[in-house]
Amino acid sequence: MDLYEYQAKELFAAHGVPGNPGIVVTTVDEAVAAAEQLGTPVMVKSQVKTGGRGKAGGVKFAATLDDVRTHAGNILGLDIKGHITRKVLITPASDIAEEYYASFLLDRANRTYLAMCSKEGGMEIEQLAVEKPDALAKVPVDPAVGVDAAKAAEIVAAAGFDSETAPKVADVLVKLWDVFTGEDATLVEVNPLVKDPAGNVLALDGKVTLDDNAAFRHPHHADFVDNAAENPLEVQAKEQHLNYVKLSGEVGIIGNGAGLVMSTLDVVAYAGERHGGVKPANFLDIGGGASAEVMAAGLSIILSDPEVKSVFVNVFGGITACDAVANGIVKALEILGDKATKPLVVRLDGNNVEAGRAILAAANHPLVTSAHTMDEGSDIAAAKASEAIAAGK
Amino acid sequence: MSIFLNKDSKVIVQGITGGEGTKHTALMLKAGTNIVGGVNARKAGTTVTHTAKDGSTVQLPVFATVAEAMEKTGADVSVVFVPPAHAKEAVVEALDAGIGLLVVITEGIPVQDSAEFWAHAQALGNRTRIVGPNCPGVITPGEALAGITPASITGPGPIGLVSKSGTLTYQMMYELKDLGFSTAIGIGGDPVIGTTHIDALAAFEADPATKAIVMIGEIGGDAEERAAEYIKANVTKPVVGYVAGFTAPEGKTMGHAGAIVSGSSGTAQAKKEALEAAGVRVGKTPSETARLLREALAG
Repeated sequence: MDLYEYQAKELFAAHGVPGNPGIVVTTVDEAVAAAEQLGTPVMVKSQVKTGGRGKAGGVKFAATLDDVRTHAGNILGLDIKGHITRKVLITPASDIAEEYYASFLLDRANRTYLAMCSKEGGMEIEQLAVEKPDALAKVPVDPAVGVDAAKAAEIVAAAGFDSETAPKVADVLVKLWDVFTGEDATLVEVNPLVKDPAGNVLALDGKVTLDDNAAFRHPHHADFVDNAAENPLEVQAKEQHLNYVKLSGEVGIIGNGAGLVMSTLDVVAYAGERHGGVKPANFLDIGGGASAEVMAAGLSIILSDPEVKSVFVNVFGGITACDAVANGIVKALEILGDKATKPLVVRLDGNNVEAGRAILAAANHPLVTSAHTMDEGSDIAAAKASEAIAAGK
Repeated sequence: MSIFLNKDSKVIVQGITGGEGTKHTALMLKAGTNIVGGVNARKAGTTVTHTAKDGSTVQLPVFATVAEAMEKTGADVSVVFVPPAHAKEAVVEALDAGIGLLVVITEGIPVQDSAEFWAHAQALGNRTRIVGPNCPGVITPGEALAGITPASITGPGPIGLVSKSGTLTYQMMYELKDLGFSTAIGIGGDPVIGTTHIDALAAFEADPATKAIVMIGEIGGDAEERAAEYIKANVTKPVVGYVAGFTAPEGKTMGHAGAIVSGSSGTAQAKKEALEAAGVRVGKTPSETARLLREALAG
């Protein structure tokens, strides 16, 4: 889960990282009140989970309360790369002497962690890495050892800080490492990390990605979930513990296993090229045991997506037998009753496939078509979606 | 012949008394696996009753630790079904005991736990081969199964398979069930895994029973790109590839914790291009990939 800047800063504060705490608000009046409380000048910052906020006009300096009113009015509702601004953060405007960069992240390729640090912060890190690679220190961190004072000193030395600033940055790095491990993050990034005219080093921004697999040991992370900003179908699916991602398309997809479902999306997209350009409408992995209840819950979410015109159920019976899956589909259609209105193409293969197909044939549900292969099922589902669109359904 | 696992492998199950452990111990025995016991500290000294492949009843001893199980049974393989919250300690225990092959089936392990046990394995001199986590494990059809791959799909044959995905492994084994497999290994869909595509490719290259290799990848990371470089330089046997996730949007995790396109990195297109540049034919669909494999095998 990616966090908003203000959420990242809450975690920073909890771990003693020096920064400029602010107040997060959702209306213009609240923004003005927050600025009054903090004292002008302030920064008005869009809270969206994407980069490039500044360039998009989502971060503004406000010298007066009138400026706050103007900027908050412009920024609330602002669309930044498809992310609508629903909250703004009001922070004291800090005087900046120098801007730096610091991050810790998971290094997948080397199966370890990486510290990145630079004296040249402020610009996008991807740009810095390309334009001034020598200015960006990259230091591997051993997960068994972590970042203590000595390791932090090694990182700031690699970044080339002067002897006065180095220990201050190193001190912040140790605290940021505490955020990284203490909160089970896969990314902790500060850009910019700044030095103020008095020589204090502060985190003026924050980007944190938390590991969803570690949620069980951080119950408070649930408070960071912002359902209002998520797709309502995804929120509904999550409540039912379904692994669902909404996409933009017309063919609803249900399958078992992440790899097979991803593959099904691709095969349906190829089939769509032959059938009016229809695309997969979602990712939905119902996992190994496709019970009737899980199948019904999944179908119900997909059928409530108004974009969906047909549904492709693609199941390979590995441990789960196809007859159990077929029974699940038949019962799911019973549970849904009149709510099931769109054509359903079902491809079953693997364990007990003949029994599974026989169950579907015996049920003879008017909406269900059986397919013998993944390619055939994708083709029929795409064709049915395309026909429905042509018929204006 | 095979890689990593054969009929002589002596297998223990960590979490043998739990729901998943019980179910899959039965299936592994049915597949012919020589399971010699299990581990659960709280139930040490007891036995669990199962049915062997020949229909006879077997009593499997439950030990307090992996070290004790290895000492008493000579086990050289452990399969881990321990839930995420305790998986790291189970893995570390097996590493400390010096087990040869450690297959971690558990899904949902925090990635920092995986990074820590991987670092621990390195500190011990990399003497244990870790497969997974979040994987279906290793199957050498006709000989042994250390994991959850359905043994009924197909039998022994000339194809080696390495995949990030469980169900795509099953799908591909099914597509090629008339040919059969030397070994099929699911390496898992997590961001940090033990055995990589490259490790499996190297082992298949060295295995005389393997005549052709199927490599299945998916979005996220750059393991496929690195495997492509490795194939170009080191693999003489025919390799065909498949990559899932061309339609996956940026920034969304597609089921597997590691299956995510971040910015322009980790895309299916980049992986396909890297493999093709290394001379690997890449199928657009699983069925086309199976067809390419048949062509490659026919030479």
